[in-house]
Formats: sequence, C-alpha cells, structure tokens
Amino acid sequence: MKNTKGEVWVFAEQEEGKLSDVPFELLGKARELAGKLGVKVGAVLMGEGVEPLSGALFEAGADVVHMIDDAALKVYRNKAYRHAMVELVKEVNPQIVIFGATHMGRDLGPSVASALRCGLTADCTDLQIGGYEDKKTKETFENVLHQIRPAFGGNIIATIVNARNWPQMATVREGVMKPLPRVSGRKGELVKHGARLEGVEIPVEVVDIVRKTSSVNLKGSRIIVCGGAGVGSKENFKLLHDLAAVLGGAVGGSRAAVDLGYCEHERQIGQTGVTVRPALMISCGVSGAVQHLAGMQDSAKIIAINTDKDAPIFKVAHYGIVGDLNVVVPKLIKAIKG
Amino acid sequence: MNEKNKGREGGYTCVVCIKQVPDTGKVTGEAMKADGTINRAALPAIFNPEDRNALEAALSVKERFGGKVVAITMGLPAAKAILREALACGADEAVLVTDRKAAGSDTLATSYILSQAVRKFNPDLVFCGRQAIDGDTAQTGPQIGEKLDCAVVAYLEKLDLDGDVAIAVRDIGTGVETCRATLPALFTVTEKFGELRPFEMRRVMKYKAAEPTVLDCAAIGCEDDRCGFAGSPTSVNKIESVVLAGGDFKEVPATDEGIAGLVAELVKDHTIG
Repeated sequence: MKNTKGEVWVFAEQEEGKLSDVPFELLGKARELAGKLGVKVGAVLMGEGVEPLSGALFEAGADVVHMIDDAALKVYRNKAYRHAMVELVKEVNPQIVIFGATHMGRDLGPSVASALRCGLTADCTDLQIGGYEDKKTKETFENVLHQIRPAFGGNIIATIVNARNWPQMATVREGVMKPLPRVSGRKGELVKHGARLEGVEIPVEVVDIVRKTSSVNLKGSRIIVCGGAGVGSKENFKLLHDLAAVLGGAVGGSRAAVDLGYCEHERQIGQTGVTVRPALMISCGVSGAVQHLAGMQDSAKIIAINTDKDAPIFKVAHYGIVGDLNVVVPKLIKAIKG
Repeated sequence: MNEKNKGREGGYTCVVCIKQVPDTGKVTGEAMKADGTINRAALPAIFNPEDRNALEAALSVKERFGGKVVAITMGLPAAKAILREALACGADEAVLVTDRKAAGSDTLATSYILSQAVRKFNPDLVFCGRQAIDGDTAQTGPQIGEKLDCAVVAYLEKLDLDGDVAIAVRDIGTGVETCRATLPALFTVTEKFGELRPFEMRRVMKYKAAEPTVLDCAAIGCEDDRCGFAGSPTSVNKIESVVLAGGDFKEVPATDEGIAGLVAELVKDHTIG
C-alpha cells in the first residue's frame, strides 16, 4: 500500500457550497511537502453541486481536484463521508492525507484512519518531510511525514511518524499554516469519482442546522487586544473593548478569562481556541500559559501588560509594560487618540 | 417536547468509555524530567473531564427511560478509582480492561481494544468524552464508532430518544445541528451536555472498595497484532519540552511619556494608524 509516488492530499472542507478557510491554508503546506517529494497536490472535494468550487482550489495550489458529487453528501454525515473517502483512498492511493482540525475534520479523519487501519496525528502545528529510524528494529525510512504537535497541555512538542501503514494522515490546526497567494487563472485536472454509496445504509439523518452568526472574527483581525485572568472581572473587560475600538481591532481572551466568564468562548485564543497571527497583539493581564502562547506567539508584534514582571508572557513579548492594566490601558487609549 | 411516545419498553443499555488521566492543567517544573518528558507520577490522576459529561449523558438516559449503564476503562489497575466514582454516581457495572499487551497503544489500537470490550455488552448507546486532556486527540471515540459500524454522532450537547431513534443536538463548529440517528449509536460528548451529577452518599459507601470486572485482551477476543505497540501505526520520533526563548523585550515604562513613545513607534512602523 506504500505508494511513494502518491499524491499529497488535502480534504477540501465545504459547507453549503462554501469552502472553509482551512483547505487554503493546508494547500500551502501541501505544495511544500509535494515539492520535496516530487509529487502532485490533490484536493478532495465532496458534496452536492460542488464543481464550481474546484477553480478556487486550483488557484490556491491544487494540481488535481478529486471530486465526489452526490446528493447523499449534501450535508456532512460521518458514515457517508467516511465511506466515500475510504473508497477514494483505496482507488487513488495517496501517500499523505491532511484534514483541517475542524469539528468536521476531527470527526472524519479518525473515522477514515480507523477504517484504513493507518495512523493519524491530531491537531498538528507543523508538518515536515524527513527520515526516521525505528530504534528497536534499526530499520530506516526516508521521506516520511513528520507530524509535529503540542501534547500534554502544550508542555511538550512531539514529532510523530507513521512509517509503515500508509497513507500518512494528520489533522492540522486552523490558522497555523499560511495560504499561498492565489494564482488567478491557474488550472488543474478535475477528476470525477463516484460516492459508491449504493447499498450502504446511512444511519443518520440531519434534521436542522442553525448557523452561528458570529460577530467575532479573530483570525481576520490585524490587531487583537487579548485579556487574561488578570483583567479581574467581566466589567473590566470593557476597557479592552474600548482599546480595540480605537484601534479597529478585535477582542480575544485566554482560556482562564473564558473559564472565569469574563468573555465568550468564541473569543478564546490558544491551543484549545483559535490560533492567531495578527500584526499587533496587545496582551493584558495574561500570564502566558504554554497552551495560550501556542495560539498567539507568531503575532508580528506583541505588547504585554502585566503586573508580574516574571510572567511567561514577557518571554514572547516585543514590548513589555510592567504595570496595572487598569492604569496602562486608559493611557494607551489616550495616546492613540492623540 | 412531547413526553409521550418517548423512550421504549425496557429502556436502553448504555456503555460509557472513561479514562483516568494525569491532570495536565497542573504541569509544573517538578513534573518535567530532565530529558523533557513528563513524569506522570508527579501529577494527580483524575477522571477525564469530558468523560464525566459522557457518564452524565448515560446516567440521564437511564434516569429518563430506564435500562442500565456500564462504565468501561482501559488502563492500569489504579484506574479502578474512576470506575468506583462512576459506580458512586449511578453506573450499574464497571469494567477494567488491563493487559500488558495493551501497553503502547495509540488511538487506533486503543479504539480496537475498547470496541471489543464494548461489543460484549451489546449496547444501544455508547458514550465517550469528546477528548482526553492528556492527548487532546478526540480520535478514540469516532474510531470506536467506526469499528462498531454504528451511527457516530460527535460533539453531543443534548439527547432525546424515541424508540430506536436518538434525536441529538450537536455542535458542528459553524453552528448547531439536530439529527436523528438510528440505534445503535456512539456519541462523543462535550462539556455543554452538562456536569456529572454528584455522588450518592449511600453509593459511595457501598462501592468504595468495589472490585470492577477485570478483563484482559484475550477475554474480549482481541487479536494480539492489533493491540499495543504491534497494533499502533504511529510512533513518537522525538519529544521536546517547550522552552521559551526570548525575554529580550523592550521594557516600556507605565508612564504617560513611556506609552506615548510606544504608540509613536507603532505609528511610525505602520503597525497602527
């Protein structure tokens, strides 16, 4: 089953005929991996009436789009998507399959890996091609996928390999890979496949979906003001909103701030929340737990405000202000307003 | 909701898969070994948080519709502690799967072994916590479901039952979905389902030294080459502890002048303004 000429695949997650951001991020990484291996990048597009989405995938880096267009795939259902994907992998035999670590990807990826009895690493923050030596058998492998992920609450970084049972599969956190610039007019090969769902019983019927209408867009914000437990109360968080407002930025929170009820869950930044890389991150009263830093340390500029000069947040900061945010933030607002 | 015509005669058999995990929220310097790996023994062992929500889901089914709840864990004998907790909260049976052959299992091998244990009880509903805090992978639940070839419903928030159909509300990230799943079905449960009910004092006393049923891999019909290291396609190539470099930030005084200077610098390099 090991196909060293196999393509590098990205699962092109879509809902209601709209691709999510993550396939674009993954295609950037897939191009890099496929370049090292000298193979093509494939995108797997599943749904009903999804052919119009293939153009965007080519422009974002796919050489081949493997499309399965079937009414049974209109809405995501574990069994239907799993079955179609497993059959497609068996037919085309890619060497790497990458999913976004979204709700859908973290459900579909493990199901497909289980059916194929291959390995899967969850929530990777980086992928590389490299060698591997099995320390027990002394067997060596070249050009395997290094699946890099934080583990143990973010306290360690593990590199996982799956040297024998291919395809090598991983889910990748949203927001950590950078999409390539779109190449307008870039073309590729569209291959249509069947869903092969004849005679397969799908035990789930989707009755209703209520979409979230979120006003919070952390990933798309150039400037983020982020509060932690040190903000002290929900009322004090208003100060952060005021600062974000004068900067035209968004407000985020650490896991501690969310757990304390200072801000909504959708604002959570970190390993279990959103990963962001804004031009400016102003971190207020955040101590800097490893799992939080994992989600924000790639920000271009970080200003940390904290009363504790030894807080770990200062280790990733470019500018540090040791002081009470209730004093510092109003001064910042005043200075920005000029 | 209409309370008539819900549930079914005889209730439902629920299996809940639970795990004892090191409390990764409490990792400190002492818990890190010199080589960057974790000294698990230095951390308190707890009942994985979302498995508590999964147990609550199972207990609420039993409470509303009747039937029974079986709690299963795979691990070392010390994991009996969480099985006793499950019994004290209302589970009817507790099963520990423990075997040296299971050592080194990744999610694929773990889900295989657990699926073999779950099968023994021929359940209508299987509940797993969404993910365990020592790995955060969220893989074992859906992988058990694939092996049982039953309906898989991830990220469960609410559940109702009508005959052989589960009406489930689940978080899909971009919104909330309501679906109908024909039993048997496996659910992964999130904290939004609700907290585990408190112990019943009477049950705490009754089960404080209870011995769960102990099964090894052979007793649940596992093939050896699908368990432990042999059945795990993934290997750890390298582990690094997270070391924060940096520390060479520019300190800005918390004064009007200091902050005005910082803002001017950010305007000048086009970060703001």
